Amino acid sequence: MGINFKEVLGVHSDALHLRADRTRVLAANIANENTPGFQAMDMDFGSALQQLQDNSAGLLSTDDDASALYRVPYHPSRDGNTVEIGVEQAAFSQNATDFQTSLTFVNMKIKGLAKAIAGQ
Amino acid sequence: MSFQDISKIAGSAMAAQTVRLNTVASNLANADSVAGSEGETYRARKPVFTAVMDGSGNAGGQVQVMDVVESDEPLRRVYEPGHPMANADGMVFYPNVNQVAEMTDMMSASRAFETNVEVLGRIKSMQQSLLKLGEA
Repeated sequence: MGINFKEVLGVHSDALHLRADRTRVLAANIANENTPGFQAMDMDFGSALQQLQDNSAGLLSTDDDASALYRVPYHPSRDGNTVEIGVEQAAFSQNATDFQTSLTFVNMKIKGLAKAIAGQ
Repeated sequence: MSFQDISKIAGSAMAAQTVRLNTVASNLANADSVAGSEGETYRARKPVFTAVMDGSGNAGGQVQVMDVVESDEPLRRVYEPGHPMANADGMVFYPNVNQVAEMTDMMSASRAFETNVEVLGRIKSMQQSLLKLGEA
């Protein structure tokens, strides 16, 4: 009887992957803060996670970016750039914390397994 | 690995903002570089940023400085017949550098640079905690 890591880690490994992916999207928004005409993007985390989970093969198919959406700015600017640095920084910070949370969950699962294996 | 992409994105933004700071420094340094003719006068330089999307169609991309263009705002003509650079009509030409605008540009550029340094710092701590996965 082997251990199925996919089952053990559950949603958390997918969430961790998506968080890392979202970090890249938000970092690109922050990087292009001063690029004229740049349209800020973000992902619909819920649907992206659902999509990843429904993918029974376990393949990570975030590359097609079906869940990537354009952000609607609060204050449109004349150069067509829709990056609002405060919004992006808040999202980035929240996302980094969520990443740590997912990571902690994964870590707890692994520690649980290790404990069971050691028979303590 | 997507962390590498993130570092590249933040790095490209830092490089772009450095170019912008360079132009600001050049513009401010030459704000009073007088010339005797319109053609020889220093003109304010402005970088043009553009987003480079990677081929995979992924959201987000790096920043690239496409070009550094010279501002076409009118030069400042001043009547200074005693000036050694004055032309036959006694006119000298001052650069079209708007010093107030340059200062605000400088603040914006250095803030943007700092933001990207913060992003890099955050990525680093995320990656480090990922490396510690499974440790006690």
